[in-house]
Amino acid sequence: MTDRTRRIVTLAMPWMAMAVFLIVWELACIVFALPEIILPRPTKVFAVFVQRIDILLAFCWDTLWTTVLGFAIAIVGGVVLGVLIGASPLIYAGLYPLLIAFNAVPKVAIVPILMIWVGVGALPAVITACVISFFPIVVNVATGLATIEPEMIDVLKSLGASRLQILRKVGIPRAMPYLFASLKVAITLAFIGSVISETVGGNRGIGFLMLSAGARNDAPTTFAGLFAIAIMGVAMYAVCVLVEKRMTRWAFRGQLVS
Amino acid sequence: MTFVDLKAVSLTYRLGKETTLALADATMDIGEGEFVAVVGPSGCGKSTIMKLVTGLLPATSGVVTVAGKRVTRPIKGVGMAFQNPTLMPWRTTIDNVLLPMEIVEPHKRRFRRHRAEYVAKAMALLKTVGLSDFADKYPWQLSGGMQQRSNLCRALIHEPALLMLDEPFGALDAFTREELWGVMQALWLEKRFTGVLVTHDLREAVYLADTVYVMSRRPGRIVMARTIDLPRPRTLASTFEPAFVDIVHELRDRIHQEHAA
Repeated sequence: MTDRTRRIVTLAMPWMAMAVFLIVWELACIVFALPEIILPRPTKVFAVFVQRIDILLAFCWDTLWTTVLGFAIAIVGGVVLGVLIGASPLIYAGLYPLLIAFNAVPKVAIVPILMIWVGVGALPAVITACVISFFPIVVNVATGLATIEPEMIDVLKSLGASRLQILRKVGIPRAMPYLFASLKVAITLAFIGSVISETVGGNRGIGFLMLSAGARNDAPTTFAGLFAIAIMGVAMYAVCVLVEKRMTRWAFRGQLVS
Repeated sequence: MTFVDLKAVSLTYRLGKETTLALADATMDIGEGEFVAVVGPSGCGKSTIMKLVTGLLPATSGVVTVAGKRVTRPIKGVGMAFQNPTLMPWRTTIDNVLLPMEIVEPHKRRFRRHRAEYVAKAMALLKTVGLSDFADKYPWQLSGGMQQRSNLCRALIHEPALLMLDEPFGALDAFTREELWGVMQALWLEKRFTGVLVTHDLREAVYLADTVYVMSRRPGRIVMARTIDLPRPRTLASTFEPAFVDIVHELRDRIHQEHAA
């Protein structure tokens, strides 16, 4: 295999894997004569997808903006809290257990509380997406700061640098790859959060669409919603990877040199 | 004139209930512009001396004085280089070298407006260590020896009165190491800062230092101070001359005594 064909094959691999997966699914449905209400064939899902594209797009948009807004708030809050925790052992000692306890609470359990507070609609979805994607960001940023080489700190201290300067010159740049790595995890979690919220108590969005279609025994539409979420998830993940590579090129040195 | 003065300095590390005496009763008198080396068996508290002199660790007892002032907290503007080059991977070589200028006064105040002047200065320094062509490269694009050269440049760019070196050549291959001895000596002959080098390479110590201090096993004590009165500049050839070799043997014998004890 030449380099060129190898590259093309590498690029084609995920698509081929997906095609195989869908074909096996389609064949299984036909061979085992599965009723549509249990597992609709992918071609059927696709047909529904095309047929209902208007409502799918509208609801996708609802899910997307609530997710991204919640995610954005989580980034800002997560970076601030992560820097505080990573830079100060005292704040770390005080807040970390609380954070873990908070993270252990199933987020689906807070949606009803949110609905009491802010009512049904987009806001609970934004908040759920935010709180669920918050934790990995905080932990990663804090880790990046807490693992600075002690020699590096000694060099800066003996130059006369203040703690704030050490944070600015070393801590923050060093925490960047950790932050961007966490965004990949956090964005998919954010989708889970907003869809959970829409499912438990929403009147718009893909989660709501799936729930109401499920209630009508309309399996193909439910699956179409599932596909829509998956596509959005992959797309946003790709955006995060792109941002990561652009912002922290130095952390990907192996690929740069070659 | 005395620049760094240690009087009966001890340091005890405390970890829970356990206490470890790392350095016992060290007395040193380092003149201004003098280059000293500290050698000794591993784990004898050599690096502890570095931290005490720079104030990164407070002495448990005794008095550390630098430039006439008693050291109680980290002193400012010291140049430091460790075995690990600790360059910032997100900065190019030149930006790494310029780091002290962003921190040490009065450069910090002037840095933004007079950047070109500082870049020129850094380039001149990089040239003396043979790195002119690598100013815009990132640390991971440099070899270990080149990284350590940049590290030395960073430690010296702000012309510190005191340079602390903690086994800076320890991780390098023998050829690069010996080459960097020459670089280090040339820099010192030019700038005449006060230098403290911690090492376990006796040839390195004798090559670079005016005075070599030998430390005992833990708890570290200074058991010998040997003045090296060989003419400068010293060359690699001079490291094979009898006078040089004799001093190395003398130091080695003293350290062997420590191991035997």
